[in-house]
Order: sequence, then structure tokens, then C-alpha cells
Amino acid sequence: MRPILLSGHERSLNQIRYNKDGDLLFSVSKDKNVCAWWTANGERLGTYAGHQGAIWTVDVSPNTVILATGSADNTVRLWNIKTGDCIKVWEFPTAVKRVAFSPDGSKLLAVTEKRMGFLGSIAVLDIAYGDGEGNNLDVQAEEPSLRITCAESKATVAGWSYMAKYIIAAHEDGSVSQYDPKTGDQLENIQAHEFDHQINDIQFSADRTHFITASKDKTAKLISARNLAILKTYPADTPLNSASITNKKDYVILGGGQAAMDVTTTSARQGKFEARFYHKVFEDEIGRVRGHFGPLNTIDVHPAGTSYASGGEDGYVRIHHFDKPYFDFMYEVEREQLRK
Amino acid sequence: MAPSFDTLSEQDLHEEEEEEIDFSDLKEQFDVKLDEGLDTFVVIDGLPVVPEDSRQKLIKFLLRKLNSVGQASEDAVFMPVTDKGMTEGFAFVEYETPEQAVAAVKQLHGVPLDKKHTLSVNKLMDIERYGREGRIEDEYVEPQVEAFKEKEHLRSWMGDSQARDQFALYRNDKVGVFWNNKSNPPENVVDRAHWTQLFVQWSPKGTFLASVHPQGVQLWGGASFSKQKQFPHPFVQLVEFSPLEGYLTTWSSRPIQVEEGQPILTYEEDGKNIIVWDIETGKPLRSFVSHDLAAGPADEGEVAPKKKVQWPAFKWSADEKYVARMLQGQSISIYELPNMNLLNKTSVKIEGVNDFEWSPATVTRDGVKQYEQLLCFWTPEIGSNPARVAMMSVPSKEIVRTRNLFNVSDVKLHWQSQGAYVCVKVDRHSKSKKSMATNLEIFRVKEKGVPVEVVDNLRDTVINFAWEPNGSRFVAITTGENPAGPAAPPRTGVQFFATEKKGSTAGNFKLVRTVEKKTSNGIYWSPKGRFVIVATVHSQSSFDLDFWDMDFEGEKVEAEKDLAANLQLMKTVEHYGVTDVEWDPTGRYVVTSASVWTHSMENGWNLHTFSGTTLSENPTEKFKQFLWRPRPPTLLSKEEQKQVRKNLREYSKEFDEEDRFAVDIANTAVVETRKRVLNEWLAWMRQEKELQAEEKEALGLPEDVDSPQAAKDAPVGGQEQGDTVVEEIVEEIIEETEEVIG
Repeated sequence: MRPILLSGHERSLNQIRYNKDGDLLFSVSKDKNVCAWWTANGERLGTYAGHQGAIWTVDVSPNTVILATGSADNTVRLWNIKTGDCIKVWEFPTAVKRVAFSPDGSKLLAVTEKRMGFLGSIAVLDIAYGDGEGNNLDVQAEEPSLRITCAESKATVAGWSYMAKYIIAAHEDGSVSQYDPKTGDQLENIQAHEFDHQINDIQFSADRTHFITASKDKTAKLISARNLAILKTYPADTPLNSASITNKKDYVILGGGQAAMDVTTTSARQGKFEARFYHKVFEDEIGRVRGHFGPLNTIDVHPAGTSYASGGEDGYVRIHHFDKPYFDFMYEVEREQLRK
Repeated sequence: MAPSFDTLSEQDLHEEEEEEIDFSDLKEQFDVKLDEGLDTFVVIDGLPVVPEDSRQKLIKFLLRKLNSVGQASEDAVFMPVTDKGMTEGFAFVEYETPEQAVAAVKQLHGVPLDKKHTLSVNKLMDIERYGREGRIEDEYVEPQVEAFKEKEHLRSWMGDSQARDQFALYRNDKVGVFWNNKSNPPENVVDRAHWTQLFVQWSPKGTFLASVHPQGVQLWGGASFSKQKQFPHPFVQLVEFSPLEGYLTTWSSRPIQVEEGQPILTYEEDGKNIIVWDIETGKPLRSFVSHDLAAGPADEGEVAPKKKVQWPAFKWSADEKYVARMLQGQSISIYELPNMNLLNKTSVKIEGVNDFEWSPATVTRDGVKQYEQLLCFWTPEIGSNPARVAMMSVPSKEIVRTRNLFNVSDVKLHWQSQGAYVCVKVDRHSKSKKSMATNLEIFRVKEKGVPVEVVDNLRDTVINFAWEPNGSRFVAITTGENPAGPAAPPRTGVQFFATEKKGSTAGNFKLVRTVEKKTSNGIYWSPKGRFVIVATVHSQSSFDLDFWDMDFEGEKVEAEKDLAANLQLMKTVEHYGVTDVEWDPTGRYVVTSASVWTHSMENGWNLHTFSGTTLSENPTEKFKQFLWRPRPPTLLSKEEQKQVRKNLREYSKEFDEEDRFAVDIANTAVVETRKRVLNEWLAWMRQEKELQAEEKEALGLPEDVDSPQAAKDAPVGGQEQGDTVVEEIVEEIIEETEEVIG
């Protein structure tokens, strides 16, 4: 199917998220607005206005009631998705680079930037859902229930494992670490990517047993959430900004492109602004999707695995619904496996 | 080396405390060599012992020998006489210059004087230095003979069962040698970081790989690419092998400074830029100061352009017997190998000489019986004398053919690879010097009297020209008026020439076809002839490669019926930013590459077949050099080669079978690994699930612990699924009436 082009942002995209049902897509960009879209036709449902700076990150609660955003204005905000009201503002000393709901939606983590003498940290916030009718959503805890400070190398992105058993954080120096969300202790730390190559994205599989990291070192890695064992490596020829694991089919989608600051200095064909599909198990590249004319900053996959969306430095979001051949494609060995 | 504090040993420091300091050992060690004026002296030993009366006779006899390398008079020979009135069998000789003395040592040492006596010539300084008491052990110690070590076979790569070719790949700071595996990834032989400082280079027959370091040139070879030979030329920048791999020329812009203790370089090399080495011994044969090429005339108001390095400075004849160097505008010096002496002791004076080229093969001219090597040179117009292209026979130094030319701007000499033709590309200007045109004057070297054929139906100037290897066809690229603006590459035309069919001898050269409106600037013939790539290289905007076949096995255009060519464009390939095109030595594959030395965009190399089918693309970061390993010439005789060609079908069947088999094996291997990987993955997933279930049980968590918290306005997944309302609007036309009003 022809991709749907969402042109509602004036500046480069920072993150996009599908909700759990996959009917909505939320996008945040440097232009201070959050947009909500219908994924079926690309119609804009509305915007959430209030942030004073570039918005770095967005996440949807699993029940699609609350939207969380983190911004360069040093705040994390919660929004009532239905009404568009801002229901809570948390102030932090520095910008917030990543927010993520725990699998059951009861907790929210926020990764804060290292700046002005403040070390990078991961804060865990308890989220309440009012009376369950959509009322009293603005009753939220004032203080984070936990703070993890990253003394060595700041965390750039983070997420929750299955059962919210671990917080997995990826760092600026290319390492990935595992924290206990109850005590905040670091349980494990591995140098997953090349040293000093920042990890730009971390996304979990549907069952949250494994996750994928995308790094500036031009590779994406599939890592076990339990023991941080590196399961697979997907090499690309360009720095990666985002990576996502598809459901239904065993693929991963990687996005990146040369650094935004270098784009204008070289020819367009060198930019490598394509979404790359790899087979999750066999690590083979199986296809590319072109379209963006700037690096891909963020990729997310429909929870049912029927479409994916990408947001680029060029300010556009593109939703691609998969066609039949996508679902039909299978390696011979997979087909054999299926027949058994 | 002057004595310095650093070089003093611990013991030396203690000695200083003593009253009477004994400096003798230090003095000996760090003796500053004063210019004692003894550099011109040599000591000749091994002379016959004769009575005093016949001494003068002997000196005269000896002088004849001595003067062959320099100037020494009768007075300069001092032959001491003993009390008994007999000579001692040695003599001291003073030459006019130290250089002559050095030459005498080099060339007269070990030369027989008569049947019984052999001269041994040494510099007086050396005898002083080495012969002093204590320097030589009194007792003879047998030199240790090193145990025989088997060396690696230098041509082992030729024994590959699949006759694959090797190539060297230099990228980032790593150099690797690989086997070419067609479309499969190349197989690595060796890969070493920091293998070279500047570049790598194969020797012309592929035996050695040369790496260039500030300390000198290192040759590598054998199956494991072990160290073979070292040539310590400090700060060497350019390297050139002789055609049969016997010699090596190295150049550095910095004059060599020889320090004492250097085992290989001697004072002779001091201040020189170029060294000609003998590869076998690893020793310098002779060294030279480089002549810079005269820079082009400086435009008014501009800074004088930089002087160019003349490279290759030394050009070798095909059989390596001679090597020549030109002093621009004055002379060509031809040296004889292996002793590197000037042929007939004089350079060939040629006023105004601008360039010269040896024949790339030993040619036999019609009606010439004795051995000769040919070289071609040209001189520009000087005063009222016309410009001249001439062919010289060596060693006789006879000019065998000349041709006068007028209104010449520039001349380029192109030998055909077998030396059968020389094409002289003459760029001529009109009287007003405003417009330019090119003539091709082709010398038919093998025909009687060396006739010259002129191809002058070229309207424009020729910017590139190339002969078909071992053939009698060529490609020329012409360019007319260039469009203004630097962005647009110059428009060029590609012209293909071939001979007319005329019995056994090649007829006149005729234009086969012109392809206009191209941007091409490079011509790359397959080393086996027939196929040629015409490409646009080093360009910002176009990068097309045209693969041409000169002997297309199809129908021929009527107009070209009597020409020995059937031209066909097989394929056009694009390679973004291509800078180099390299054919493999068998002419089966060709690699196009974009090197970071020229630009930093999409560096890497692509492998194509001779017909332009791209087999693999290899984008490589910081890619610098791709070099096929050359092959030595075949050992098969002409008849055997013919036989092979005849039975090609049979052989190819065998090889096709092998290829299919290899593909099968590879496919099975791939499938097997995939199966294994998939099973491993599924097992891992199962295990994870079990572990998770165990954990949940242990913690007493419900099965759906990860499901979203209840919130009434957003139903928890699963409750309403399946109850979808599908609204369908169906429009149906029930009736249609048509009314005519009025």
C-alpha cells in the first residue's frame, strides 16, 4: 500500500509511538507539540500543547488513558489522551530524554540528561489512574519513588523488561545495563556496542524477553533481557538512530542515516535514509524502504505487526501498511518448520 | 657520528674520575673522520713482484687498466721497492677525484691482470680503518654458515586448483591479500594492520608485494607473505620495478644522508635521491641525483609552477639489459646492466629531447639480424629546425628512423605492447596558435624501412589514446571546444580504429566508429585484448563505464565489412565516483573502485565480469587501493595454447560441473546453518517462557501481570475483541428516467 505521509510537524521528529491497540499514533518533535493520529487513514486526531521546549520522548499507557512526554524544558507531563488536558507536570533539573511505561502501566521511568553539573539519572514515577472512569487522573505522586544515578556514563534510553522485573538502560558509552527497579541497584553491565558509540534507541519485543538496541557504531543488537546476552547482531553501513522488532513476522526494522549535521555536505544518495528490514533470526538484510529525505530518527511497529511508522529529520512521519507479500515471505526452513 | 653524551657508557663516566684519562678507545670509537685528502688514494695488491728495472714497465701496463675508470698519471702511482731491489707486489695510486677512486674499487677489484695475477683494489682509507692493529683477529675464526632454511615458493599462488587470481586491498590502515571468489565474498590470505605507510605495489610478474615505509621498501612474498628483501632507502616515496623483476628503482625527494653504521648504504649514496637496487642481492647498484623536469612556462603574474618529478626516472628496455634516463633538453644516458655502467661511457647528446620510450618488447625489424633494443624519442621545434621524432637502436645508438613535424605543441609516444607499432600522438596548433588538432603518426616498426602512416581525420584534440594489448587496434578519445563553466565535464568523442583486412599483413588504420556526446576520459583494455572499457573517471557528475567488444560474434555492419573489427557495446554500468579501473591479469574480471585518495564519497570497489555483469559491490570505508596480482607470462608454447583453445568446450564442461557442485555445497551449508539457527532461536524462546512462568509462580503473580491496569474508559484488551461493527453503505440505482423538457 502507498505510505501515508503525516505532515503535521514543523521540525524534525524525535519519537513516535503506537498505542497498544494500534489505532492511534503519537508523535513528538522539536516543535513543542505532540500530535495524535489515526493510523488507519492518517487523519490528525489532535495535538497536546503545553511544553516549552523540544519534546524528546513520548509513551502511551498500556490502556491508552494517559500519555507521557519528556521535554527539553526539563519537565515530564502527563496528558489525558481523551480530552487533551495536561494532568500532571513534574519538574526535573535537566532535560528528559526518554519516558517509558512499565508493562502494566503502573510505573513510568524518565531518563534525565547529564548537564550543568547534574549527573544523568533514571527516575521512576508511580502512576495512578483515578477512579477508573477517567476522573481524578490528576491525582499523582509528587516525588519519584526511585532515583537511579548514572555516575559512569549517562543513560540515553531505557525501558522495562517482562513483569517490570528489570529496568534496562543503554548508555552514551555503548554499554547496556540492567537495574533492579525496586532497589535501584545495577545488576549487570555489558559493553554491547563499540566503546564511545552512543546507543540511540532501545525497544522491546512483545513478550519483553528480549530487546533491540540501535547504536552510532552502525549496528543493532538483539539482547536478552534476563542476562544481557547478545543474541543477534545486525550490521548496517550507517549510524543507526532507531530499531524496532516486528510482531507476527520475525523481522527487525532499523533506521538511521548519516548524522544530521553532515547531510547537507554530501550528496543525497550517500545519506542512506532508508528503513532497513532484517530477518530477526537469520540476521540477513531482506529489504529497504526509501522515502525520507533526512535521517530516520524513530521507528515504531504496530503492536499487531500490520504496519510500521517512521519519523525523520525531514519532519515527516510515514505510516506503511504491510502488503500481502510481506506476510507471505518466508525462508524455506521456516516453511518447513511450520509444516511440522 | 659525532660523540655525544648519550652514547657514552656507564664505564666511560667512571673513567673520567681518574687522573690520567685514557681516551684512546673512545677516540677510536668516535673518531671524527676528517677529510684527510686520502679519499683519492687506492691500494692495489696482487701485482707481480718484479725487479726495480722493470718497475716502470709494470706501472705503464697497470695504468692502462687504471685509466679505464678515471685519471691517474704515472707520477700518481707509487710502487715501493724493498732493499733487495724488488717491488713488493702492491702499489699506491692517486686518482684525480674521490669518485674515480671509488669507481676503481668497484670495477677493478677482482679483475685479472694476467693469467697469474688478480688485482685487489681497496681504498687507502679502508685499509687504514680496517687494517689497523687489533681490528682483525689474529686467529682465524671460521665463519658460521647458517643452516639451510627452505624458502617459501614465490609463485605458489599460481598453483591454485581453480586458477583464481589474488588481489591486494588497502583500506583504512590495513592491507590484505585475498582470493577472488567471483560473486562470493573474497577469501582472505593475509590481513595486516599498518602493513605499509604510503601504498603497496606488486612486482610486474606478481612475485613480490612491495610495502613502503619511511625506513625503505620491504618486499613480501611466498604463500604466507613473509619478508623477502629490504631496501633501506630512507623516506622513499616512489618505487619502480624493472620489467623482469631483476631491479628496483626507489626515489625520495630528500637527499639521502648516510650515517655510519648503516650496513647497506655507503658514502656513495650520500646526497642522492634515486637508488637502483639489485633485487637478488638487495644491494644498491648505483645511485643518482634526480633531474627535475623543467616546469611548464610560468604565466605572467603567476608564481612559477612547481618542478615536476620525472617518474619513472629510469626506463627499462624490455629485456632489462639497458636502462635509460633523460636529462630534459640535453641528453639520454643509457646504462648497461648488470654493472650499471654508461653505455660506451657517454650519454647520447640530443638537443632539446623532451621524452623517450623504450619498446615494451624486443622487436626484430625486417632485415635486421643483430640484437637490438629500440627506443623512441622526440624533440620540439628549436629555432627554424622542425620538431623531430626518432627511433634509436641500442646498443649501436644508431638512429634508424626519423620524422620531422611542424607546428607541434606536444607529442606523446605510445608503443604497442609487442613493439609492432609506435603511435606518435602529435598535438599541433594552427599558425595563429588559436586552435588545436591532433595527428596520429603510426610507425610500423616490423615492416621494411619502418613506414609511417598518418591518421589525420581527427577534427579535435586527442586527450587519451590506448593500443589494444597484442593487437593492432586502438581507441582514442577526442574533445572539441569545452563548454564554459567548471561544473559540466568536457564533452568527448570516443573513436575506435582498426586495420583493414588485407591478407596476412595488417592494412591501413581506419576509423571504425565514433561515439559522440560522451564524457569519457579513460580507456581500459582487457590485458588479453578484444574487450575495452571506456569510462568517465575522476568526475563529479558522471561515472559511466561502457563495456565494448571489438570482435562481436554477430552480424557486422555493412560499412565496416572490410575492417578487422566488429564493434558492439555490451553494457553500460554506473559506479558512483569511480576513480580506478583494474582488469585482472586474465581479462576475466574487472574491478572499478573509488579511492579515498581522490574523494571521500562512497569509497569502495565493485567487481564485474569482462562483459559488464556486476558480481559484487563492496562499499568499504577509507578504501585506498585495489591491485590485482599480476601473473608471469604463460609457460605454454604457442601450439599448446592453440590446443587448449581448441578443446575449450571439453574443459569448460569440467569446470562448469565443479562450479555447480560448489554452489550445491554452499547452498546446503547455508540451509543447514539456517536450520540450526532457527532451532536455537525457538529453543531459546521456549526456555524463556518456561523461566518466566516459573518466576511468576514463585512470586505468586497472576498470569496476566503485564496486562494494563483496569480503566473503565479503555477496555482491557480481549473483552470486546471480535465484536466489531462493520458499517457498510451500499448505493443502488433503482430507476433512471430521462425527461425532455420543452
